Amino acid sequence: MVLEEIRFHGRGGQGAVTSTQVLAIAAFKAGKYSQAFPNFGVERTGAPVESYVRISEKPINLRQQVYDPDYVIVLDSSLLDAVDVTKGLQKNGIVIVNTDKPKEQIKKKLGNYKIYSLNITKIALEVIGKPFVNIASLGAFCALNKAVPLKALDEAIEELFTARGKAKVAEFNKKAAKAVFEATK
Amino acid sequence: MAKTVVEASHAVAEAVKLCKVEVCPMYPITPSTHIPETISEFVADGELKSAMINVESEHSAASAVVGAAAAGSRTFTATSSQGLALMFEILPITSGMRLPTVMAVANRALSAPISIWNDHSDAVSARDQGWIQLWVESSQEALDSVIQGYKISEDRKVQLPVMVCFDGFTLTHVFEPVDIPSQQKVDSFLPKFRASHVLDPKKPLTMGPIGFPNSFMHFKEQQQEAMINSIDVIKKANKEFGTAFGRKYGSGLVDLYKMGDAEYAVMGMGTLCGTARVAVDKLRKQGKKAGLIKLRSLRPFPKKELQSAIKNLNALAVIDRHISLGQEGPLFTDVRSAVYCNDITINSYIAGLGGRDITIKHFEKAFADLEAGKQKGEWLF
Repeated sequence: MVLEEIRFHGRGGQGAVTSTQVLAIAAFKAGKYSQAFPNFGVERTGAPVESYVRISEKPINLRQQVYDPDYVIVLDSSLLDAVDVTKGLQKNGIVIVNTDKPKEQIKKKLGNYKIYSLNITKIALEVIGKPFVNIASLGAFCALNKAVPLKALDEAIEELFTARGKAKVAEFNKKAAKAVFEATK
Repeated sequence: MAKTVVEASHAVAEAVKLCKVEVCPMYPITPSTHIPETISEFVADGELKSAMINVESEHSAASAVVGAAAAGSRTFTATSSQGLALMFEILPITSGMRLPTVMAVANRALSAPISIWNDHSDAVSARDQGWIQLWVESSQEALDSVIQGYKISEDRKVQLPVMVCFDGFTLTHVFEPVDIPSQQKVDSFLPKFRASHVLDPKKPLTMGPIGFPNSFMHFKEQQQEAMINSIDVIKKANKEFGTAFGRKYGSGLVDLYKMGDAEYAVMGMGTLCGTARVAVDKLRKQGKKAGLIKLRSLRPFPKKELQSAIKNLNALAVIDRHISLGQEGPLFTDVRSAVYCNDITINSYIAGLGGRDITIKHFEKAFADLEAGKQKGEWLF
């Protein structure tokens, strides 16, 4: 595994930045080096936001922004009409979209990438009764990227939430992430 | 504690905790805000016994640092951009009164136009005010440099304030693995602060009085002497830190990367050096003899080390993340003055102002110019 770059698209308040933190911790727990950072902007609730993760076998010196990611994770499908989510994406890049639309329809829109169309909101509602998709979406990443196993993700969720006295939040995020992991084919 | 993934600003706050800082006057400003946030959590949770003073401006924060340091406390504050500008009046007072302290500057462009994003204009504009300036590249180096900073600042041969400069957003908001050292190790590296002179009502003395024309220059001469002394103290602190913690940053003053047989090199400060390392690796794979000079200490300026670092180079590109308007990149000016008698081409590039990204491509272009023998002074967009 060389350097891999992941870009998250979300809306302000959805927790895209927290997703990247959890993923960076998970990758580190899986024995990799990692780096997470938000798009350095002025965040407003509901506005399109981006955040990024780098994962590598070697220490990461690179400090430039992410321009040509290997993965794109879209937390809100309404962004597909607002933002060029595949901008710079590698030719064989992977796109994970939280949507109720079938894969073919998303493919038509985004082009010939490896597209995973998942109704993460629905899964989250079924499993935990809340439409929290930011951590749940990482279950899909773990299913597709063997470098970060679900166990490492669970540990990362524990570290970030349980340590801050949010054991309940940790519990339902782990459940949701596992359900999304299993739904990713 | 072992290695853990934290935000760089959190890592700086951890260093403040480990150094058992006694007084933290704080006035938050983006992008330094997460530092006071985290320190106030530590204080509220009882993890750090420190007086966290919520002041009404950065000017007051710097002034409270002066008062607390004069009373013999270990002090810390953090700021950015316009916040540092508002502190400016107090910067030469802190250094002129020879008060040890460490301030983290989360570097951000000075307005106008308003920019919350990174460049080096804030701290570089303050370089002549008698503070030692250490510029760091990673979260780990930010944490380690705060610890080293107190060791340097409180050394009796120095007794000068230290700024630890780290790039706003480009570093302050990055999560990456950081080794947070144990309290025991830090305690044995950094003894309790004992000020040479302390404001004490029982033994009154005057600090910072008027300096008449017959004495003022002598004060400045002593400050300059202390700055020159700090060159060896910075090196020693970095070396001892290496022995105690198993990592160090070049000589403490400069960090040379693949410079042994380099023919061409780039030079800069802060996070851009990380990206430059990747560019150097890429060019090395193509058989090109590229290298990097990371300047860690802008003040004191390590003239001798630079002269020796560049002596076998054909050409050097200096990247400034600031411009002295009406002149040129200030780092370029300093470098050229340090090596003026060497027969070497030095190109100047202004880059990364107000959050403009500095990428591998920028370094490739700078190296291509050097190789082609093009003499340049230009802006990289």
